[in-house]
This record gives sequence, C-alpha cells and structure tokens, in this order.
Amino acid sequence: MLEPREMKRNMSNEKTPMPSLQPDERIRGFEEVATGYTDEMAVNEANRCLNCKNRPCVSGCPVQVQIPDFIMHIREGDFLAAYQKIIETNGLPAVCGRVCPQESQCEKYCVRGIKGEPVGIGRLERFAADYAIENGKTGQTKTEAPNGHKVAVIGSGPAGLTCAADLAKLGYDVTVFEAFHTAGGVLKYGIPQFRLPKEIVDLEIESLKSMGVKIELNMVIGKVFTVEELFADGFEAVFIGSGAGLPSFMHLPGEELNDVYSANEYLTRINLMHAYLFPIYDTPIKHYKSVAVVGGGNVAMDAARCAKRLGSEHVYIVYRRSQDEMPARKEEVHHAMEEGIEFHLLTNPVEILGNENNDVTGMRLVRMELGEPDATGRRRPVVIEGSEYDLEVDAVIIAIGQTPNPLIKNTTPDLETQKWGGIVANEETGATSIPGVYAGGDAVTGAATVILAMGAGKTGAASIDKYLKEKHGES
Amino acid sequence: MYKILEREILADNVVRMEVEAPHIANKVQSGQFVIIRVHDTGERFPLTVAGKDKEKGTITIIFAAIGKSTCELGQLKKGDEILDVVGPLGVASHFDPSIKKAAVVGGGLGCAIALPQAVHLHEMGVSVDTIAGFRDKDLIILEPEMKAASENLYIATDNGSAGYHGFVTDVLREQIEKGVKYDIVVAIGPIIMMKNVAELTRPYGIKTIVSMNPIMIDGTGMCGCCRLIVGNEVKFACVDGPDFDGHEVDYDTSMRRLGMYNKLTEREASCNLLKMAEEA
Repeated sequence: MLEPREMKRNMSNEKTPMPSLQPDERIRGFEEVATGYTDEMAVNEANRCLNCKNRPCVSGCPVQVQIPDFIMHIREGDFLAAYQKIIETNGLPAVCGRVCPQESQCEKYCVRGIKGEPVGIGRLERFAADYAIENGKTGQTKTEAPNGHKVAVIGSGPAGLTCAADLAKLGYDVTVFEAFHTAGGVLKYGIPQFRLPKEIVDLEIESLKSMGVKIELNMVIGKVFTVEELFADGFEAVFIGSGAGLPSFMHLPGEELNDVYSANEYLTRINLMHAYLFPIYDTPIKHYKSVAVVGGGNVAMDAARCAKRLGSEHVYIVYRRSQDEMPARKEEVHHAMEEGIEFHLLTNPVEILGNENNDVTGMRLVRMELGEPDATGRRRPVVIEGSEYDLEVDAVIIAIGQTPNPLIKNTTPDLETQKWGGIVANEETGATSIPGVYAGGDAVTGAATVILAMGAGKTGAASIDKYLKEKHGES
Repeated sequence: MYKILEREILADNVVRMEVEAPHIANKVQSGQFVIIRVHDTGERFPLTVAGKDKEKGTITIIFAAIGKSTCELGQLKKGDEILDVVGPLGVASHFDPSIKKAAVVGGGLGCAIALPQAVHLHEMGVSVDTIAGFRDKDLIILEPEMKAASENLYIATDNGSAGYHGFVTDVLREQIEKGVKYDIVVAIGPIIMMKNVAELTRPYGIKTIVSMNPIMIDGTGMCGCCRLIVGNEVKFACVDGPDFDGHEVDYDTSMRRLGMYNKLTEREASCNLLKMAEEA
C-alpha cells in the first residue's frame, strides 16, 4: 500500500510553469513580470520534491535554507510554517525567491534535475514569502535580550541587511549607515521594479526596524565619519557591506559621447530616481530608438529590458562569449528574449560612433570565437580578424561590471585591499586587517550575487558575535 | 530632515542658506560638496559648500534658482526643512604650503565656491588676489567676504556697470603681464571661463586648478554620470574631484555632457516662482 505522501508525488520532469505577464503586455510598463504561483501550483510543485536524505540542495545554498523542510510544509498546505522555516536562516526570502541564481546554487544539486528539471525551489521560496506578506505575517523575531553592545553596519544592501538582522536577533544594538536617501542598496538602485518590486524590499527593511535596528540614511561612511570615528563613538565592531559601487568602462574610442551610460547610471536613474515616471519625478531619462547594452550579466539584462520598456524599437545585447557563458540568470535571458531583445553574441565593441553634437550614432563591432578556457574556466573569446561591422544605435549602455567603491578604503589607512580595490577579508570569517572590522559582499568579491552577499553578511554577523563574546569574556 | 536656519537673497535669483547639518559642518573642507534632494519626487543635485560654522553645526549653500530643483529649494523659507542633504563629498582642496601668491578667479555664481578657496589660501598665509566677474553690477555677490580674504579684489563686469569693463581673463592677463608672479591660479565658474583661464595660464606654466560641476546623481562614485576626461583618462568628478588640473581637463566634452538634458528639463532663465514667493 502506498503512503499518502507517495500518492501525492508529482513525477513530471518539468517545473510547474510560472505564470507571467505576456511579453507584449509587460514591455509597456514596469509591472512585475513573473506573477507567482497560486496555492495549487505551489503544492503541485512541492510534490515534485523527493525529500531525499542527503539534501544536496541545502549545501548549494549560501545561507543554508532548510529547503526540503520548507517544501514539506508547502506540501502539507502549511504555508506560514514554510515561511517560518525559511526565515530561520534567510532574512530576505521574498527577495531571494525572485533574484537568486537558483540554477547555479540549490537547484543545480537537486536530484530531480538529473532527469528533467530540478524542483522550482526559488519559485516555492517566493511563494511562501509572498503568502506571509499577503497575510501580514512577515517579520523576524529577536531571539535574545538586548546586550547593549553597539555594532555599526555600513551599507544597507543584501550583505548589510542580513548582517544587521542576524546581529539584532542576537541582541546587539545595531545601526546601519546608508549613503543614499533610501535603504536597500542594489535592491533599490540596481534591480528593476519588474523583477523585484520595491515595496517588497521596503517590507523587509521594516521588519528589520521592528527588531530595533536603526537605519541612518544619507550617511556616507568614509566621508562624514571614518571607520575609526565609529569606534570612538562607541561602536565595538563594524561590518562593511558597501558594495561594488564604481562602474567600469571599456576605454573605447567614443565612450565620452553623451549617450553612453554605465549600467549603474541608467538603472539608478530608472530604479532609485524613478526617471521612468518623469516628469512626475524630476530626474530625466532619454528615450532612444535603438540601444546597445554591452555585457551578459543580470545587470545587462536589466538595462536592456528597461530600455525596451522606455520604448526603444531595437535593444541589443552585445556579449563577447556565447549564450552558455552568460553569467545572467537563465530566466532573465529567457525573459529578455521573449521581450524581443536582440542578441549579438560572440561580438565585442571596438568603437562607439558619434556625430559633431556628441550624440551616439552607432557602434562598431567585431566578431569573436571561443578559444581555450581562461582562469574562470570559461572559454576565452578571441577576435576574428577582419570581421568588423557597424550597428546603428543612438545610445550605448556599458554593463561589464563594477569595482568596489573606494570611499572607505581611501579613509581607512589600515584596511588592506586588493590591487583592484576589493577589501581583503578572511573567507571563513569575514575578518579584515583591522581587529573588530569585518567585511563581505561585493565590497570584498567585486560584483557578484545578492545571495552570496547575504551569505557573507551572515558570516560577518557570526564572527562579530564571536569576537565580542570573546572580548567580553563570555565564551 | 535638515532645517534652514537662515535664508537671504544675495542677488537676482541667487539665494544663500544656512542649513543645520552638524555632522557635515564638522567635517567639510573647502572644495567639497553636498548632494541635495528637496522633496520625495525630487532629483539629487550637487552644491558646493560655501561655508560652515562648526559651533552652530551649520553649512552655507549658495545657489542660483534657475532650474526646477534649485527653484524649489529657493522657495523654502527660514525654518523649513530640506529632505536630504548628503556630504561632505568629493576631495577637499589641497594647496602646497610653499604657495606664496595666488589668484582666485570666480565667475558669477562660481564666486560662492571660489570664496572658501580664497579663505583657505588666506588662512594659510598666502597673498590672494581675487578676480570676480559678473554680467552686471546687480549680480555682484559676496564682495565684502571676498575682500576680507584678499590682498586685492578686482571686480569685473561684462557690461562695465561696475569695476573693470571686461572679462576676468582680461584682468588676470593684465596682472600676469604686469609681472605679478602667481604660484597658483584657482578658477571657478562657467566651463567656458575656466577653459579660457586655463588657456591663458598655460603658456606661463602657472599651475591652474578648476572646479568642475557636471550633472551628478549619487555623488559617491556609483553611477559614473559625472565622468569627464582629464589628461586622456576618465575621471569621476564626485570621487576624483571636483578640483582638477585645469591644463588637463577636456572642457569641450564636459560642456556637451552638461547640456545633455536641457531639452528635456527646459531650464528656465529665471525662477518666477521664487519671485512670487518673495513678493508674497
């Protein structure tokens, strides 16, 4: 006789499809594209989980969400229990369910993925988080009484928010210093509304505040206070999660033309400053006929899809490797293609063309082929001589990455950094060259993912807890 | 929120405000700026800090109410609050202690930014000649303050309605040709003025510092909107500047970038709302 659970198992080789707005409908606005599972869809997808003993998915998660456990709660129809299980280790489930590169993390190791598609772990995580939000049941709770020790967290992006949440739960008096006028970091200025609604980010931040975390906006640490001054002000430890805030350019001829943007600028205008709602909001953005976006990561996809939504007829992704090497989430590439973004793969820009008014008129490209693998394990693109061609565009967005922001490095003389600007931090603990100062996220690694930054925030919080307990002789 | 403790109109459309921002006042040095956002749907824009009072915990900003955002800022009254003031940003001016004689050249509103530089040099014991240019005598600002920081103050007006009839470059050329040996020239004003000053001093080999004022969004190095070309390299005015070697800046590119959104935002020549606010 079969157990009831066995009877419910869904052996489909494919994920339950994610409902989403039709491409022609969604490119007319900034509404969220993927609309989320219904209760039935979620249970149906949860039934694909084999609840296997060795739980390979959990080891693929940088913050060790107890994946099979929360999925079992969904199978049982106890969606709030699923949410509670997730937030034991992940303070930003509604965010992660939407923006994590699951295919290279938890889902990569899912046994169901060997023959067919893995369980849609990200979609289920999002479902549980959205369910809690809709029912007003979000929020994390303090587990320990206030201990009176002050900790400063620099930056309110994924690393900082996670670190702050974990420390607050442990009873620390946490203050987050944010440089901008709103908290959230890259979740606010980088990732567009149609992929991550800002209301969700704000809810996560409110939940943090309800645990007593103070958020000081408009505070550029390194300028208004140095790290040293934070210690003098009574903070006993500092976590630096200042992100990768310095856009890289390509040093191409024509890069100084007016209509050449860093992806950071283009996205900041749209996301942080709401330029897509100009003139209701005062920050302007230009609307172009044809836009080329250089790069193959999530930021490139975000910029391209924003350009499409602002009405560009042609939006091109120019990427020097092939689709297989693209660092963007598969779903984003898929959505971009659905929306009519045109991909020029194995192609690299050599020059941006302009006119006497400094306007962009086109881009000269060269075709590439893949050679031997490089240090990252991806095959190195090599120029095909004589393969140049011109693409007619009136704007170019450079999305080839960012390096860490130098403001803290420049004013913290004892803080050891890499040649390229990253803060040197111990991989296991996040400890920097200064006692009591920990760092994590893009400020350490260079541009990476939300979840890796969150993992680093967790590590930082655990290390700070250990450091302060040892300092005060409590362990 | 940042409270406006004092507000006065210095000239047509030119407003001075003293704003409560103790942390910034405690740190800001000459050459540095703040980013301001007036209200919830407003843009972020930079203003160089024109002065500070550490004891009172205030900074002074001086601006021309000529665009939408500066106009909205200008309409705020004493006692009102500004939503966001972030700073101090940018690299503070650094002057070599060996400097004996300096010319500080200000054009129009640029004088508000040139003044703290003149004060800084004056306090270092440098002999400062300040050359301040305006379109008309009615637009002259900060004359007593500039005078107090200078060995000589030369006022020039484009139409000859006060002081020297002509441009600041004419006055500077005259001084140099008369044999005054400047160790440094600091030029702050419209890009075209800074370019002309730099072209004037180049053949004499006089070190020339200019303060660039491009469009900015975050002001912390994050967006790259304020980039400019200095000595064939891309620099960000917000984290590498705003002061740069005047002989290395590509002014023409900067001028074109500055005008990029003019059509979209239709900047008005003057702020009528400000006038209405004054009359009310």
